[in-house]
Amino acid sequence: MRLSGVWNLRALEPLMPAVEARLAEYGGGKAAWDLTDIQTLDHAGALLLWRAWGRRMVEQLRARPEHTALFSRFQLPEPPALRQRRHPITGPIRVLGLGMLSFIEHVQGFVVLLGRVALDVVRLARHPARIPWKEISANLYRTGAQALGITALVGFLVGVVLSYLSAQQLRAFGADLYIVNLLGVAVIRELGPVLAAILVAGRSGSAMTAQIGVMRVTEELDALSVMGIPHTLRLVLPKMFALAIAMPLLILWTNAVALIGGMVSAQLQLGIDYRYFIASLPAAVPIANLWLGLAKGLVFGMFIALVACHFGLRIKPNTESLGQGTTSSVVTATTLVILIDAVFAVMFSDVGSFV
Amino acid sequence: MNAPVIEVRNLWTRFGRQIVHRDITMTVYRGEILSIAGGSGSGKTTLLRQMLGLETPGRGEVRVLGRSLHDGDAEELRKLRARSGVLFQQGALFSALTVFDNIALPMRELKTLEEDFIRDLVLVKLESVGIEARHATKMPAELSGGMVKRVALARALALEPELLFLDEPTAGLDPDRSESFVQLLRGLHRELCLTVVMVTHDLDTLVALSDRVAVLCDQKLIALGPVREVAQNTHQFICNFFQGERGRRAVEAANKREDEPNACLAGPVEKQDT
Repeated sequence: MRLSGVWNLRALEPLMPAVEARLAEYGGGKAAWDLTDIQTLDHAGALLLWRAWGRRMVEQLRARPEHTALFSRFQLPEPPALRQRRHPITGPIRVLGLGMLSFIEHVQGFVVLLGRVALDVVRLARHPARIPWKEISANLYRTGAQALGITALVGFLVGVVLSYLSAQQLRAFGADLYIVNLLGVAVIRELGPVLAAILVAGRSGSAMTAQIGVMRVTEELDALSVMGIPHTLRLVLPKMFALAIAMPLLILWTNAVALIGGMVSAQLQLGIDYRYFIASLPAAVPIANLWLGLAKGLVFGMFIALVACHFGLRIKPNTESLGQGTTSSVVTATTLVILIDAVFAVMFSDVGSFV
Repeated sequence: MNAPVIEVRNLWTRFGRQIVHRDITMTVYRGEILSIAGGSGSGKTTLLRQMLGLETPGRGEVRVLGRSLHDGDAEELRKLRARSGVLFQQGALFSALTVFDNIALPMRELKTLEEDFIRDLVLVKLESVGIEARHATKMPAELSGGMVKRVALARALALEPELLFLDEPTAGLDPDRSESFVQLLRGLHRELCLTVVMVTHDLDTLVALSDRVAVLCDQKLIALGPVREVAQNTHQFICNFFQGERGRRAVEAANKREDEPNACLAGPVEKQDT
C-alpha cells in the first residue's frame, strides 16, 4: 500500500468514516505499507493508520524517520475504565444515607458558624473600635437601598391582585368594607415580610454566596486567614448586621407599596375612598401585627445572610461547586424563610388577633 | 526564510490614556519558536492576546495564516482558531471536567470523530506530554502545578494545531519541572513541526527554546532576532535583562549546549492541499 498527501486531523476530520472504511478494506496489517510520500502526518493521522492495522505496528513499513517517531507513542496501555468516577448506584438506601449525612453535616457547620459569629459579637462588644462599619454600610446599601425597586414592583402588583380577587368575593357577601381588614392583616403580618424576604434571599443571598465563593477560588479567603482576620468578622458579620437592619426597613417599604396597590384596586373595584381606607386601617389591624412582621424581618435577614455565608464558605475552588453552592444557598434560604414564618405563626398565634 | 505565519503590522494599543504598543511590526515564520520578552507591564501578554484575536488593537493589523483577524466572517475565524492551540498561564483547565474530558472537549466539538477514536487520541496526547493514563480520571483540582501545565498543553495540542501560543509556560514551576517542561516543548516542537509563539519572563526557558526573540520595551519593539544577536544589543533594558548575573549564566549555558539545527526550519515548506 502506498499512501500520499496530507494526513492530518484537519484534512481527515471531514472524511473520517470513509477513510477508515477504505483502510479496513486493504487488509489491515497483512500488506506492506509505504508512507514515504506522505507530506504531513500528525498523531491523529498516525492513529488512524495504527487502528486500521489492528492496533499494532505492521511488519513491512517504510516511512520517513520523523513520521516513524509518531508511532512510538502508541504503546497504549489498555485504557483504564474512564467512567469509574461515576458512583455505582447501590440502591436508594445509599442515597438516603448520604442525604442524611450531608444534612447533618450542614446543620453542624451552620451551628459552628453561628457560634463563631456569636463569639465575634462578644469580642466586638468589648472592642467597639473594631466594628467594621464601612463593610456594614456598603452591605446595607447593596442589600437594602438597591433592592427598593424590585420589592416595590412586586409588592404593588401583589397588592393589586390580592385586592382585586378579594373584592370579587367580598362583594358577593356584601362585606365590601372588610377589604381593609383583609388586606391590612394579610399584607402587614404575612405577605409583606415573606415577599420581601424571598426577594432578598434570591437577590442578595445568591450574590453573597457567589462573592465568598469567588474569594475562595482566588485564594482571597486564605489571604484573610494568614493576616489573622477571621472570615466571620470581616465577611459574615457585616452581611448579617446589614441584612438584619435592611430587612425590617424593606418590609416596611414593601408593606406600604403593597397597601397602596391594594388601595388603588379597592377604589376601582369597590369604590372605597382612599381616605376611608387609610383612616380605618389602624382600627382594622392591631399594631402588634406590624411589630410581629418587623421582628420576622430581623430574623429572616440574619438567617438569609448566615445561610448565604455558610454555603459560600463551603464552595470548593471549581466552577461546578460555585454554581451548586449558589443554588443550594438560594433554595435553602427561601425554604428557611417559609419555615421560620411557620414557626412564628404557631408561636404568636394569639398575638395581634382581631375581632 | 519560510512562509510567514503571523504578521503584525503597525500595531498600536492604548488602555485609556496609557499607550502600550507604539507602531509594532513583526513577523513569525513557519516552524520557528519566537519568544516575546520584556519587563512587567510592557504589553507582552496583550500582544499575545491580540495575535489570538481575544483583543483588538487600536490601530494596525494582525494577520494569522494569511487572514486578518479583524474582518472576515465568524466561520472563517472559527476555522482559523482550530488551527492554533493556546497554553494559558494558569492552564485554564475546565475545573468541572476530568483531565480526559478536558482534552476530549475540542475533539468532541468537531462532531465528526467517533468516541473510541477520541479516546485513543486523548491517550496519545496524554502520553506525548508525559502524563500516565491513570491520571485521566482526575479532576484538575487534584493535579499539581506541573501536571496542570502538561494537561493544558495536551489540550492545546488536541486538534493538532500548526500554531502554538504559550503564555508564561514555565511560570510557577520549580527549576527541575521547568527544565523538563522545556525538554517536553522542544521534543514536541520537533515531532509535530509546530510554529510557537511564547511569552516568557524566564531567561532559562527563553534562551533554551527560542529561535528568535522579540523584546518589547518603552512601548516599542526594540529588538528582534536570534538570542545571541539580541543579547549583544546595547539598549539599556536588554543589557539589564541579558547581561545581569542570571542572564549571563543562561546565555553561557546555551552556548555550551550543542547546537542542534531546527529540523522544521530546514524542512520542506508544506503544501496546503488535501
